[in-house]
Amino acid sequence: MTRFRPRAIWLLLPAAVAALWIAQQFSWATRFPKAWELPVAKTVSKSAAVVTDNLSWLTRLFATAIEVPMTLVVALLSEGGALTLGGFALDLPPLSWSGLALAVVWTGWRTGGPGLALLQALGCAYLLFFGQWSAAMLTLASVVIAVPFALGAGVVLGIVAWRMPRLDRWLVTPVLDLMQTVPAFAYLVPTLVLFGFGPVSALIATVIFALPPMARVTTLALSRLPGAITDLAAMMGCTRGQALWRVLLPAAMPMLLVGLNQTVMMTLNMVIIASMIGAGGLGFDVLLALRQLDIGRGLEAGAAIVVLAIMLDRQGRVLASGWSRGQAMSRRRGLGLVLVLGALLGTTLLGQIHAPLRAFPESWQVTTGSTMDSLVAWLNVNFFDTIEAVRVFLLMNLMNPIRIALASAPWLGVMTIVAMLGWVLGGWRLAVLGLGVGGFCLVTGLWDETMTTIYLCLTAAILSVSLGVPLGIAGHRWPRFGKLLTLAVELLQTMPSFVYLIPVVMLLRVGDVSAMIAIVAFAVTPVIRYTMAAFEAVPPALTEAGTVMGCTSGQMLRHVQLPVALPTILLGINQCFLFSLAMVVITALVGTRDLGQKVYIALTKADVGSGLVAGLCLGLVGILVDRLFRAAAARIAPQEPNSHA
Amino acid sequence: MSKTTAPVQRRTKLSCREIWKLYGPNADRPAASRDEVESRAANGRCFAALSDVSLDIGEGEIFVVMGLSGSGKSTLLRCLAQLVEPTFGNVELDGRSLTRMGQAELREVRRHDMGMVFQHFGLLPHLTVAGNVALPLKIRGEKAESRDHAVATALELTGLAAMADRLPAQLSGGQQQRVGLARALAVGPGLLFLDEPFSALDPLIRRELQDELIRLQAGLHKTMVFVTHDFSEAVRVGDRVAIMKDGRLRQVGTPEDIVRQPADDYVRNFVAGVDLTRVIRCATAARPASRSDYAHAVSGQGRLSDAAETLMAAGGGPIAVQGEDGSLIGEIDLHAVLAAVSGKSLAGEPA
Ligand SMILES: Nc1ncnc2c1ncn2[C@@H]1O[C@H](COP(=O)(O)OP(=O)(O)OP(=O)(O)O)[C@@H](O)[C@H]1O
Ligand SMILES: [Mg+2]
Repeated sequence: MTRFRPRAIWLLLPAAVAALWIAQQFSWATRFPKAWELPVAKTVSKSAAVVTDNLSWLTRLFATAIEVPMTLVVALLSEGGALTLGGFALDLPPLSWSGLALAVVWTGWRTGGPGLALLQALGCAYLLFFGQWSAAMLTLASVVIAVPFALGAGVVLGIVAWRMPRLDRWLVTPVLDLMQTVPAFAYLVPTLVLFGFGPVSALIATVIFALPPMARVTTLALSRLPGAITDLAAMMGCTRGQALWRVLLPAAMPMLLVGLNQTVMMTLNMVIIASMIGAGGLGFDVLLALRQLDIGRGLEAGAAIVVLAIMLDRQGRVLASGWSRGQAMSRRRGLGLVLVLGALLGTTLLGQIHAPLRAFPESWQVTTGSTMDSLVAWLNVNFFDTIEAVRVFLLMNLMNPIRIALASAPWLGVMTIVAMLGWVLGGWRLAVLGLGVGGFCLVTGLWDETMTTIYLCLTAAILSVSLGVPLGIAGHRWPRFGKLLTLAVELLQTMPSFVYLIPVVMLLRVGDVSAMIAIVAFAVTPVIRYTMAAFEAVPPALTEAGTVMGCTSGQMLRHVQLPVALPTILLGINQCFLFSLAMVVITALVGTRDLGQKVYIALTKADVGSGLVAGLCLGLVGILVDRLFRAAAARIAPQEPNSHA
Repeated sequence: MSKTTAPVQRRTKLSCREIWKLYGPNADRPAASRDEVESRAANGRCFAALSDVSLDIGEGEIFVVMGLSGSGKSTLLRCLAQLVEPTFGNVELDGRSLTRMGQAELREVRRHDMGMVFQHFGLLPHLTVAGNVALPLKIRGEKAESRDHAVATALELTGLAAMADRLPAQLSGGQQQRVGLARALAVGPGLLFLDEPFSALDPLIRRELQDELIRLQAGLHKTMVFVTHDFSEAVRVGDRVAIMKDGRLRQVGTPEDIVRQPADDYVRNFVAGVDLTRVIRCATAARPASRSDYAHAVSGQGRLSDAAETLMAAGGGPIAVQGEDGSLIGEIDLHAVLAAVSGKSLAGEPA
């Protein structure tokens, strides 16, 4: 049934050419007639306005519910401030930097040993000495507030989806799919309209953005539990609640904790992005620096984000793996905990009298801002020609041809090709999905922007693959290099997408090339990761068989390893494309003309309709690409030789 | 005339009547009548994992279910335990129908009268050994003191007392399955379900745990439904054995019945490789006594292999076979053993 149909592929090529050529002959088939477009964005805006008008009480309720814990945490971690509760004002000092840093390092020590403690100490030192502490704490406060909400909602949604597989299949999974492919930016527009500019709406956008992975992980973790565990719950006579809370969730905990870590990282990423609608902190500093082209400051704040991300990530991982090894139950930490809390309180109170304990003394701080600026200036003066040559080369030889080809392709031809591809790879359902997505982009009048987006993603994907696959192969062949590579990839992956823009803009200024390089830097990681994993997963028996046959290493690669690894690599390329789509939106900040720019403009104008529609376009394209790649990977996956039962 | 080895008469603990389990489209819907389930099984769209299985399992008996992979052993066990609802048929525990019982009532029965041991142990990784064993007691809301006592007893019984504070990951497979056994015993159930409990262990440990189970059973007298695909395990631990094929029972009987009178070729195939001296009891092989006192004696309940040493000591000559009360049942000699093992001659024929 699921045999590969190579002949259909070869038929596809001439058919595609023919479709393009025929469509070219009719002007209506080349450019989509304006008269056929539908006012989708306007309708959405209008209905959103109605909703906003009628639901303002609800949004206000929501906002208040979030605002109270938010002010509390922000006050404690960063600014201090008055907390009013029922006419009772409480003046809270911020927790002292010394106490907080001590607590962080101590936690690292107890859970991960001296290595982690050292890492946390270095991280704290960076944040303190470079004057990023209070901004970082503000960012951390948003994360601390958002994570429990995202976690709670995600787990509940995941449990519901697990309990009701039908609902999951027809509603939850598709919605989560869409939520994960619709770029982070697009969440900002409706929250902005509903909740206004400010930290609360940034927080809500963050929670919504960070929720899907947790829901996914929960459903997956519960359904992957060994049958014995669910049977055990039934045979012990558990009620539903007991089964869930005492048996199933604890048994699923290792995987849930991985999800927790992921949620924290996504929250951080989104908190940074949400600085556009009023979340303060490090993201805001970067944004400001980017707007003012203040490279030094931007780099320092960007590095602070990376430092914070690494600190959170490492701590999270250690906690997650500690739980599954049962360390969560160690009772020896009582005394240490009391001491550290005491120190935290003590330094905070002392800080009221002795200022240096409260705020890190300015005179101790350093900045490399001016050095950075001059370094960049120096680079630009001395390497301008080289950089410019690279830029022009990329533009002329790779980007422009693809851009022009895509921009001038007649829509009817493109639609035909997408439908044929869908049909060949995944049958009529995929063909219909392709037509639906294309149709949506057409009638909303976003065809050109969609094509620009695809052009950016396509070039980025081509570069990422031609960079990432060889790197991955090399990493597999030379394990030492592979270790380094894995480390680099992990580092790159903890960095919030925003940060990628800073060095690129610094050297290449704004424009498509900058955007594309930032995208590649962001999207190359899954290619490397998947390639390495794919090669690692080639059964040793196969390579041994190759060796016995006398393969050279080149032959081994071509005839044994690549064919077996290909489906997994393809999934990596799929991820790469999805990463690119997510990043494209952010590169709107450096002046691309794609769907991301549409969203960005909608954001600045608080135009829900165009923002949502453009975001949806991106999401739908993402889903289509994802399904196409998956279908292709499933087709070329080698059939197990002994599965003809 | 052949003497079948009648099992000890026991009160029926668990019984099932005409159970069917269908898998496939619409298979979740219970059938109203026997005709309906038969026609649904016959129409080809559904797959019958169990067809018309009826059994009576006696109190204090280890009842073994045997069969090749896919023959429906686990399905039978899960139907008996109500982990899956049979499409048709009735399961009764102590005369109460489990199939017609409400959820709450079933839960109470499980909390007090059932335990289960799993092939891959099913231990919760975040709980210590003691925590795992205590869990079913906590679930049923047992007070701390009586709980601790029950846990300690269960750990003692299974020889785990020294490992109470370890985590499952720090135990070997055999030790983990002991924890599984301790957990199942902790609530003091009358009925235990064991689905291939020792299949994931290597042969030596498997033997050790089989012996352990036999030893425990000698003191506890639980009713057990024990699934295995290993015939030698079945005859070692089982009081009675049921052999399944394609969802049907092929033969039910004591191990001796089955090895000596296999019902069909399928069963005969299972029996083929078995060491008969470890299955046939001395009482079965015995002939009428030819004198009134013997220099050596063996127990009639013992297997022929157990008598080997005594036989050697007696120079192969006839030795006495005694009943449990020490009465004389008959005698065996080398010839009788060979005859029993070769299946030619049976007790009662003249020497
Ligand atoms: N949930 C299910 N859906 C469909 N078919 C099932 C399901 N569970 C079991 N079956 C089928 O019922 C038959 C009996 O399965 P069962 O698990 O009882 O076999 P088994 O004798 O325990 O085998 P094994 O020794 O491999 O555990 C098998 O053919 C199996 O494919
Ligand atoms: Mg089974």
